[in-house]
Amino acid sequence: MAEYKRPTTEADFAANFHPKKPLMSDTEAYYESSRCLYCYDAPCINACPTGIDIPTFIRQINNDNKDGAAKTIYDSNWMGHACGNVCPTEELCEGACVYTKSDVKPIEIGRLQAHATDKVIHAKKKLFITGKPTGKKVAVIGAGPAGVSCACELRMLGHAVDIYEAREKPSGLCVYGVAPYKLTNEEAVDEIAYLQEQFGFNVHYNKPVTGRADFEKLEKDHDAVFIGIGLGATSALGIPGEDKKGVMGALEFVEELRNKHQSTPVGSKVIVLGGGNTAMDAASESCRMGAESVTIAYRRGPEEMGAYSFEFDLAKKSGAKALFNVTPLEVLGNGSVTGVKFIRNSSDNGKLEAIPGSEFVEPCDMVLLGTGQGKQVELLKQVSGLTLDQKGRIVVNEHFQTTNAKYFTAGDAMNGGVEVVNAAAEAKRAAHGIHTYLTGQKN
Amino acid sequence: MADLRTNLAGIKSPNPFWLASAPPTNSGYQIMKAFDAGWGGAVWKTLGVPVVNVSSRYGAVNYRDKRMVGFNNIELITDRPLKDNLREISEVKKRFPDHAVIASLMVETKEEWHQIVRDVENAGADGIELNFGCPHGMCERGMGSAVGQEPKVLQMIVEWVKEVAKVPVITKLTPNISDITRPARAARAGGSDAISLINTIQSIVGVDIDQFVPYPIVDGKSTNGGYCGPAVKPIALNMVKNCAQHPDVNLPISGIGGVENWRDAVEFILLGATTVQVCTAVMHFGFGIIREILPGLERYMDEKGFKTIEDFRGKALPNIKHWEDLNLKYKVTASINESKCIGCQLCYTACEDGAHQAIALSSDPANRIPSIIDENCVGCNLCSLVCPVEDCITMERRDDGKEHLTWGERTAAGNIPKTFDDPLAGGLHHWVPEPAGALVKKKPRHYKG
Repeated sequence: MAEYKRPTTEADFAANFHPKKPLMSDTEAYYESSRCLYCYDAPCINACPTGIDIPTFIRQINNDNKDGAAKTIYDSNWMGHACGNVCPTEELCEGACVYTKSDVKPIEIGRLQAHATDKVIHAKKKLFITGKPTGKKVAVIGAGPAGVSCACELRMLGHAVDIYEAREKPSGLCVYGVAPYKLTNEEAVDEIAYLQEQFGFNVHYNKPVTGRADFEKLEKDHDAVFIGIGLGATSALGIPGEDKKGVMGALEFVEELRNKHQSTPVGSKVIVLGGGNTAMDAASESCRMGAESVTIAYRRGPEEMGAYSFEFDLAKKSGAKALFNVTPLEVLGNGSVTGVKFIRNSSDNGKLEAIPGSEFVEPCDMVLLGTGQGKQVELLKQVSGLTLDQKGRIVVNEHFQTTNAKYFTAGDAMNGGVEVVNAAAEAKRAAHGIHTYLTGQKN
Repeated sequence: MADLRTNLAGIKSPNPFWLASAPPTNSGYQIMKAFDAGWGGAVWKTLGVPVVNVSSRYGAVNYRDKRMVGFNNIELITDRPLKDNLREISEVKKRFPDHAVIASLMVETKEEWHQIVRDVENAGADGIELNFGCPHGMCERGMGSAVGQEPKVLQMIVEWVKEVAKVPVITKLTPNISDITRPARAARAGGSDAISLINTIQSIVGVDIDQFVPYPIVDGKSTNGGYCGPAVKPIALNMVKNCAQHPDVNLPISGIGGVENWRDAVEFILLGATTVQVCTAVMHFGFGIIREILPGLERYMDEKGFKTIEDFRGKALPNIKHWEDLNLKYKVTASINESKCIGCQLCYTACEDGAHQAIALSSDPANRIPSIIDENCVGCNLCSLVCPVEDCITMERRDDGKEHLTWGERTAAGNIPKTFDDPLAGGLHHWVPEPAGALVKKKPRHYKG
């Protein structure tokens, strides 16, 4: 188990947040790519939501054609570099690698992918020619993985694209939400700049779409609108004391950490509430920020956590402990948080029941809420004719078209919050939906 | 305990592992180091009138991440004065009297041959190897493979050498010839005591596709080199076998070509070699590989109950027949061990595209284990060769072993196809899919063809 000292310099921070999947050298990429068996109808392809032709790009790396490798990757996934770094490859391509069936280490597909894309990003290599202009204009709301993927694909199809981004940087959760040891801001922003240079879509920063008037203007000025706004802020837990100083959303904590690095205030005893991937990230990161103790508290047992097991393992390796089958009742403290009062649960066939008299207090000076992001329901209600499901997700047809025919969507706002790779896959298909809507053509 | 001592036509060595005449035997320093490490003998870098070499000199064939699967060179014979080499031969022999030191020689005139043979014998060489094989640089001057490719010239020079030689003479053969037994027979006719083979194969290992020049590059130009290393072993094994089986050759053999480990050595010995010579593996990994080679050979011999090299030398030769003497009734088909299969489906695509469409995939996409279509399987081995898992695909015997019929016997009985559409065609009843079936078959994502 790792023990981290509180970082005080940028170098300390970089050491504590050493990349989980460091960039491969040419030599490492050569040796790793040599191991690929080149399976028929490869399981890794089928495990990838974007269906990248993985054996081919690995073979291209091995045969000294890295431009070709990057093109193969981007052909299927416009977030190729981000995905190489942030994808839960253990659960997807690498988890499907046939080597796992014979106790041989699976091919490090994510790192090979990042290796190839890093090469073309830094060489500013132009790999794609945009489509013949159609004269149609599409507005994309949000420059996150969904918005940018949709924009690239629309440009390939010849449509003009304006992206409206609420923040000052592109890339959405890649810049504001993923753990810093998975992808740096520079890497995320560089990939978007590389794509923008090649595809010539416009990005308008600090241009939040906030109300009905904004939507109506977009509708007026464009032939179609793509909603790629993702999710909102961390949901409140709904227990007393949640407003005390020292309580914050795990996602907001990650965002601060990504942008302030070692200057981010972190308590010495941190409790993370929740069992999802963001909770695991926040726990790992608190450890890396030098917290003395980090405790993940989850209502159910470990097997029911929403987080991938490798993310929980990473948090444990970073030094976090876990409390299972506990429900928080109250955040204690006088102004600042001093602890969390829990009660233990018994779980009977998935049904939680509090065990009377089992209350206890876990002292702490910081609470991170890994309770999930809320949906941007109020904002979406401003689009006329848009239907949301019971969970606040935008309802679409198979072309990713919403119940307002001019609006299309993909990514977290539609799927409720999955991975970057899902957003990239869906948004590409949504662009084809828009294309059909605008031109009547299938492709 | 296995006794590794060998005796090749009177040249004795503590084990069958010799260094081939090449850069690792350029100096007494290297050879002493090798003997100290455990090598049994060394063939000195070819002596003659010293040459002038170029820079660079070597090129390689890599297969994926495996370096130097094949190797070539455009280096010539020794560039050091003869007297320095002779002094070092004496020193090595003084220090290692029981190890074999063989002087490789290449000169032009009869007088030179006589002189240099006497010189190396006086220095203490245990044997002489005639370099009639070098396929680059020297052959243009009428030496090396220029001699090895002309059996009459070869025989004449062997005779010159034998006029004065007191130690055993080995003739080293070039593989750059269509029938290796012709120079081998000429060597015997000339009185050679043994043969060694193969020398390097004329080669271009690759072309720099930016500079448009083959490797190795010498100031923007190149020339053909001599190919060696693991990639040439199959060619060497076949030529050793040809010489070992030919009744008119009948000479002790020192096998050369891609030997890198104990198993390679065993294979050469099973095909008739008494000793083996190693170069590329040492140039790649150093003399230290002998630490794996010697105990490996000892373990093999102990396990098999072979006390000496002679106990198994040539043991595979009786099992090498002409094609027409193979049993056409013998039948194997592939069998997939489902518990070992990892689902890569390389066997499927290899058989489907490269063989006989005798492997099927499950209709359930979750089940990636292919199955053999027994009636289509011709027993070619391809699937078992491409399978990345040890012992997952095995070839199982299907005939009862009672029938035996060869092509030769069928020919004698007049029972062979003779016309283009003969009903006796072997493939006549094999199932072959309709050509257009290829175009309608369901393909995985990304597959165009």
